[in-house]
Amino acid sequence: MRFTLKKDKSGVVVVGVEGQLIVGNRQELKQKVLDALEEGSRKFIIDFSKTGYIDSSGLGVLVSLSKKIREQGGELRLAGLNADLQTLFELTKLDTLFAITRTAEEALAAF
Amino acid sequence: MTLRLDVTSDSMKLDVPSDLGMVGDAVELVATHLPPGTLSPRRISFNLRTALAEALGNAIRYGTGEDPRRTVRVRVELGSEFVRIHVIDDGAGFDHRRLPDPTHPENVAREFGRGLFVIRNLVDDVEFNEKGNGICLTLRAG
Repeated sequence: MRFTLKKDKSGVVVVGVEGQLIVGNRQELKQKVLDALEEGSRKFIIDFSKTGYIDSSGLGVLVSLSKKIREQGGELRLAGLNADLQTLFELTKLDTLFAITRTAEEALAAF
Repeated sequence: MTLRLDVTSDSMKLDVPSDLGMVGDAVELVATHLPPGTLSPRRISFNLRTALAEALGNAIRYGTGEDPRRTVRVRVELGSEFVRIHVIDDGAGFDHRRLPDPTHPENVAREFGRGLFVIRNLVDDVEFNEKGNGICLTLRAG
């Protein structure tokens, strides 16, 4: 399990989630994104292309982060969901809350 | 803290300290010791791991109050046609019938309240014990 943060030349922060996003590590992800928000970043992509599974706490932290980023005039986009994760977002109707793209590159291009 | 998994030909047994940081390791331990053949690798990778993480997270957070002196018991029955996972805490239990629908428009943007909904959608059968402090997840072969 590992989170990576990279800022591209246009200032978009791309967060990679390797392994899983669950109740035991969601606070770490939340803090990393909030730190970047505090430092002035406003555009975020969370890339799940290397993610195995996400539990409801992980989904919850995405909802929370999206709200906090929007409150600061920014946007959070999601990318790289595999078929199972895409289904999870559809079942929970969270696909209606987030802009979701197939790849992080597509999300970057859409900003 | 280390976890110890007891494995027999038809069962697995694991006691998990009430610490949310242990959930990922506990899930991996169970998932990687399942005998091949009953569940597809994809269902082990996603359905079983997610549902077990949910059940353990709920038991640790709400059942045992994240008190690391307490433990959550995981018992796994291994059948030729099913895998059945029992997650039991020593808490007061809860009424699973009184949870709001997380997909209702009023609830979709809430941070919490999706756990049981997610479990129900990932496994074939969900049962609770009478006290409400034990959940049983059944995944049938395939």
